[in-house]
Amino acid sequence: MEFLYAITIGVLVSSAVYLMLSNNLLRFIFGLVLISNAANLTIFVSGRMTDGAPPLIPEGADAPLGAAANALPQALVLTAIVIGFGLFAFAIVLVFRAWTTLGSLTPDDMRLAEPDEAQK
Amino acid sequence: MSWYLATPIVIPFVTAVLAFLLRATPWGRWVSVCGSTLLLIASIALMSVVLRDGVIAGQMGQWPAPFGITLVADLLSAVMVLITAIVAVAVSIYAIADVDEGMERLGYHTLFNMLIAGVVGAFITGDLFNLYVWFEVMLIASFGLLVLGGRPEQIDGGVKYVALNLVSTILFLTGIGLLYGMTGTLNLADLAGAVDGADPRLLTVVAVMFMIAFGVKAAVFPLFFWLPASYHTPAFAVSAVFAGLLTKVGVYALLRMFTLVFDHDTAFTHTILLWVAALTMVVGVLGAAAQSDMRKILSFHIVSQIGYMILGLALLTPLALVGAVFYLVHHIVVKANLFLIAGVVKRIAGDTDLARIGGLYKSAPVLAILFVIPAFSLAGFPPLSGFWAKFLLVKAALEVEGWIIAGIALAVGLLTIYSMTKIWAQAFWEPHPEAVTPKLFSLSGRDRAALLLPIAGLALLTIIIGVMPEPFVRFAQDSAAQLLDPSAYIAAVLGDPS
Repeated sequence: MEFLYAITIGVLVSSAVYLMLSNNLLRFIFGLVLISNAANLTIFVSGRMTDGAPPLIPEGADAPLGAAANALPQALVLTAIVIGFGLFAFAIVLVFRAWTTLGSLTPDDMRLAEPDEAQK
Repeated sequence: MSWYLATPIVIPFVTAVLAFLLRATPWGRWVSVCGSTLLLIASIALMSVVLRDGVIAGQMGQWPAPFGITLVADLLSAVMVLITAIVAVAVSIYAIADVDEGMERLGYHTLFNMLIAGVVGAFITGDLFNLYVWFEVMLIASFGLLVLGGRPEQIDGGVKYVALNLVSTILFLTGIGLLYGMTGTLNLADLAGAVDGADPRLLTVVAVMFMIAFGVKAAVFPLFFWLPASYHTPAFAVSAVFAGLLTKVGVYALLRMFTLVFDHDTAFTHTILLWVAALTMVVGVLGAAAQSDMRKILSFHIVSQIGYMILGLALLTPLALVGAVFYLVHHIVVKANLFLIAGVVKRIAGDTDLARIGGLYKSAPVLAILFVIPAFSLAGFPPLSGFWAKFLLVKAALEVEGWIIAGIALAVGLLTIYSMTKIWAQAFWEPHPEAVTPKLFSLSGRDRAALLLPIAGLALLTIIIGVMPEPFVRFAQDSAAQLLDPSAYIAAVLGDPS
């Protein structure tokens, strides 16, 4: 199982890096979405893949009976997904604003904040 | 006990909510000033408790460490929270005059207080994943503040800022995942012991991931490009709080992680940090020399000064850490103040581009004096705070016979003077190119008070640290001792092993 996850994470990261290195902001954002999913999967796998039961504690007991899945990475991943969702919503709107106000999605054209000092 | 730790985080959040409800009225700004003042009181209380009792820790929701989320304050955390509160008070007063009603309606005060909450949370937390969450709180608030107003330059700078910071965030998250996989814990104090059982080679890989992630936040060479691209674009109050606090959270995280957790292979990691420190200092100061806009010069100087703090961490001797802690505190005050002054220059002289302004010394001598104090402190003139900060670091470098790095640190100080005299000559001495006489009295009485009071207060703090460095140095010594020997920190969180 870990092997499969490792391959998946590798494919996600490599395609994300490929997208992020292209000279287009929208592709960059798509790359970020992919690589953040790779990060989430990494956290998930780091909690160990077990075929344990759901981590539910029966009434009256102090600990789950028998082997149970690790609940912490799932909580972490859930938090990371929610935060990532907010950040990407902002980033996509920002890229849209960049397109409407600057008229370009190519980072090389974006020199408003850093004009070429030599041309002054 | 945990109330002392929780209130500095709760106050800015409550303030943010109140400011949001009052965003359409003029009351929002006063709520923000009151909230920052309360935060200052809470942080003074926290500081006095930490000074009295040593490191204090609180477990949120009564889950015992290392299972729950821990809040910890040692001397470094407490002083960072205190200095954050001081900057928050200064900037929230300044914002009364600097931030217009349009930005207030868009929620400036809400975002500002969220940012402060995120910064304070990052300083106080004792849990790695919680640190990530506070970084995100800080990040999303800073995104909003940066593009608030929506001028094209802001969007342009914002894109670069957002893109690079998101990459660093994901690297941080992956590092957390791998570290958890190796050790099974995320509590910082617990991690300090748990990493001993991990494979040191893998641990070094993870350490470098954290170094890159925090390096982007701290704006070190070669990861600093987002900073000069964006810091000169937002409102002056915003760039002052960014310049003072945001990069320093990255430095704080590096200081914390690379003294507490990643100290297994200092020959490798801290040698990288030494190179990074040297190159950051040099590249930042040279970048500043090439600029002709006041805020752009100051932005590059943030980068260069970060190098000094990293130098203190890289040398990892007691004296070097004293220097780093001292530098951190001094720099926050000075840098925020210089950006606030740039805002006043823009208001009365019409621009921050040095070619288009001048004559400020003749017509606004008060502002000139207020500029000289932080500018010369930044460059390291005695008897201002920057002199002691640089003195401690150079002495620490000489003690370990790092002649080259000490030479670099001194040379960068000289080049800093060059930049500051450039601003001084062109903005203050030369006559204004359009024969305007920029006067402080062109501002209304209320604006004048709101703009100059925080500047004067921060300048006074710079002088106090400079003239009476002894209590501050002694404090920095105690705090560096805690960093080098984290047993008190670990005992406070996990309980005494005995």
